[in-house]
Amino acid sequence: MSQEPVKSAKNPVVDFFGLIITKAMGALDVIFGPLQNLIGIKGMAYFFVLPNLLIFSIFVLFPVALNFYYAFTGGTNIFLSDRPFVGGENFAQLFDCENFTDPNTCNQDIFWRAVFNTAKFVVLQVGFMVFFALITALALNRNIVAKGFFRSVFFYPVLLSPVVVALIWKWILQRNGLLNAFLVALGGDKIPFLLEPNWAFFWIIFISVWAHMGFYTLILLAGLQAIPKNLYEAGNIDGTNAFQAFRHITLPLLMPTMLVVMVLSLIRAVQTFDEVFAFTGGGPGTATLLMVQYIYQTGFATQIQRFGLAASASVLLGSVLLVFTLLQLYLGRRSDAV
Amino acid sequence: MSAARTFLSRRRGHKGRFDWSDVLTYAYLIAGVLIMFSPVIWTVASSFKTKAALTEFPPTFLPLAQVELEVEGFDDPLPLYEVAMEDGVVRQLVQVRRVGIEAQMIDPASPDDIIKVKIAQRKPVRKVQLAWNNYVEPLRSFKFITYFRNSIIVTVVATIITLIINSMAAFALSKYEFRGRNLIFVIIISTLMIPISVILVPVFLVLLNFGWINSLWGVIIPGAATPTGVFLLRQYMLTIPDDLMASARIDGASEWRIYWQIVLPLAAPALAVLAIFSVMWRWNDFLWPFLVLTQSELFTLQVGLNAFQGELDTQWHFILAMTVLTLLPITVVFAFLQRFITTGVASTGIK
Repeated sequence: MSQEPVKSAKNPVVDFFGLIITKAMGALDVIFGPLQNLIGIKGMAYFFVLPNLLIFSIFVLFPVALNFYYAFTGGTNIFLSDRPFVGGENFAQLFDCENFTDPNTCNQDIFWRAVFNTAKFVVLQVGFMVFFALITALALNRNIVAKGFFRSVFFYPVLLSPVVVALIWKWILQRNGLLNAFLVALGGDKIPFLLEPNWAFFWIIFISVWAHMGFYTLILLAGLQAIPKNLYEAGNIDGTNAFQAFRHITLPLLMPTMLVVMVLSLIRAVQTFDEVFAFTGGGPGTATLLMVQYIYQTGFATQIQRFGLAASASVLLGSVLLVFTLLQLYLGRRSDAV
Repeated sequence: MSAARTFLSRRRGHKGRFDWSDVLTYAYLIAGVLIMFSPVIWTVASSFKTKAALTEFPPTFLPLAQVELEVEGFDDPLPLYEVAMEDGVVRQLVQVRRVGIEAQMIDPASPDDIIKVKIAQRKPVRKVQLAWNNYVEPLRSFKFITYFRNSIIVTVVATIITLIINSMAAFALSKYEFRGRNLIFVIIISTLMIPISVILVPVFLVLLNFGWINSLWGVIIPGAATPTGVFLLRQYMLTIPDDLMASARIDGASEWRIYWQIVLPLAAPALAVLAIFSVMWRWNDFLWPFLVLTQSELFTLQVGLNAFQGELDTQWHFILAMTVLTLLPITVVFAFLQRFITTGVASTGIK
C-alpha cells in the first residue's frame, strides 16, 4: 500500500513526533478500516462529520430550544421537570414599564438599565473604535518606515485577555494611580474614576476600544490596500487634492469593508462581558451593567435564581444578535458581488 | 509621467523633505505606540515594587527600595538616609530607631555616637530593587501554580480536540458528496449566530446532566466544535486536488489513512492558523470557565486572577505580578509570530 510521505520539517524533533503521531494514528486504522468495510466510503463521510455535529447539536442547537422552554416556564429550579408553565409571563414582566424611557418605572428596572447601558455602550464604543481604526489604517497605508512594527503594536492589545486588560487599566485608574499622578502634576485634583458612574462608563468604552481596535484596523488596512493605486494616480493627474481623493475614491471603495467592520464590531460589542465584569463588576451600582452580565446575574448570581427571566432576556438578546448577523451575511454577500 | 512619479515617491512633496501630513502620520503612530504599550510596561514595572512602594504617591517609574546597611553591633541591616544637618552638610546616616518625630541615627563609620535628627530632615536613599517575592508568593501560597496548570491543560487538550474534529468535519464537507451535506454545512455555520452568552442557562443544565459542572471537561468540550474552524479548514481543503485521494484509493488506502496521511499534512498551514486562534481563545477565555468551575482548585488562570482581585482587593503587588505572568505566554508567542498572526487575521477577518 503506497502512502504519501508526510511533509517533513527540517527539525528532527518535529520529524520524530510527526512519525510517532503518524504511526499511532495509522494504527487506529485497525478500528476505522473495518468500520469503512461496514459502512462504505459514503458512510465514512458521515463518520467524519459526526463528532462536530454531535457537539453542535448537544451544546448549541439543543440549548437554543431549551432556552425557549426556560423562557416560558417559571420557578427557581434549573431542572425542567420542576418548572411550571407560565406562558409569556416572564416576557410580560420584562416589558412591564410605565415609561419605557425611564428604567425606574419598570417592573424589572435592572433589565432596562442593562438595555440602556448596552445600547449606549455599543453605539459609543463602535463609533469611536471604527473611527480610530480607520484613521490608523489610513496612517498605516501610507509609505512609512517600520510599517510592520506599527501594525503589530496596534494589534498587541487584541491578544491580551479581557481580565488582564481590565486589571492593567484598573491599576492605572486607581486613586493613587498613574493617571491621577499626571493630573496632580498638572495641577489638578485626583479623580476617583471607578467610583463615579459617568467616568466609569467612559472608561469601559475606552478600554474596550483600546483592546479591540487593532483587529479592525487590520481588516480596514486590507480593504485599503485592495483599492487600485492607479485610481489615485489618475486623480492626481486630474488635480484632485487629498481630501477629494478620500471622499471620492477611498470612501466609496472602502465602504463595503467598513460596513462589515461595523456590523462585526456591533455583534461583538453587544456581547461584552468579560472585561467590564473584571473592571467594574457592573458598578458603581448598575452604572456599567451590560446585558450579558444581567443575564448571568439573574440566572446565577442572585439568591433567587430566576432562570426563566434570564432565559427570556437571552431570547431577546439572541433575537437582536440574529438580526445583526443576518445583516452581516447580507453585507458579506453584497461585497463579494462587488 | 513625472506627476505619477512624484506621487509614488516616499514622501509627499519634494523628495527627502517631510510633508506636514507625514509629520502628522508619524506623530499619530508614535502616540499610538505609547498608548498601546505604556499600560503594559507600567504594569510590569509596578509588579516589581514592594507593597509599601505601591502606596506611594506620586509613584516612581522604576521599582525602588530603600538601601539598607549592615552595621557592627546590630543584628539586622539598618535603613540608610540622606540627612540635611543644621550646618548645611548632608550626611549619609542609618536609622536605629524612630520615636515620634525624632529619629535616632548613627554614622555607620562610628556606630557608637547616636545623632538625633528630626524626621523631616531625612530623605531615604534608594536603589532599584526587584521585589521577586511578588511573583513567588502567589505561586506558592495562593494556588496560582494550580491555575496555571489548569489553563495549560484546558488550552492544550481543547486545541488538540478542536484541530482533530474540525478537520475531520472540514474533510468530509470538502471532499465528499453525500446526502444532507449542504444542510449540515448550513447548520454548522448557523451556530455562528448563537454565541455562548445567549445560551448560558440551558448549556449549564446540559453540563449539569453530564456531571461536567465543576469539571475541566465542561470547559473543554462544549467549545471544541467551532464553526469558524470548520469554515477555515474547508476553504483550504477545497484547494487540495482530489486526484491525490483517487489514486490513494486505487492503491487500497482506507479513508482514514487518506485523511490522516494525505489531506491533513497538506492542510498544515490552515491547521496552524486554527491552532493559534484556539490557543489564544482558550487561554483568554473567561465567561465559560467562570460559570462552569465552582471550586478554586479547578480555576483557570483568568478565573483565578479575577477571583484573586475580588477577594484581596488591596494586594495589588500580587495581582500585578500574576497579571504579568498571565500575559507573558501570549506576549512571547506574539513576539515570534506577529507577522504571521497579523496577515492571518487580515485574510480571515474579511471572510
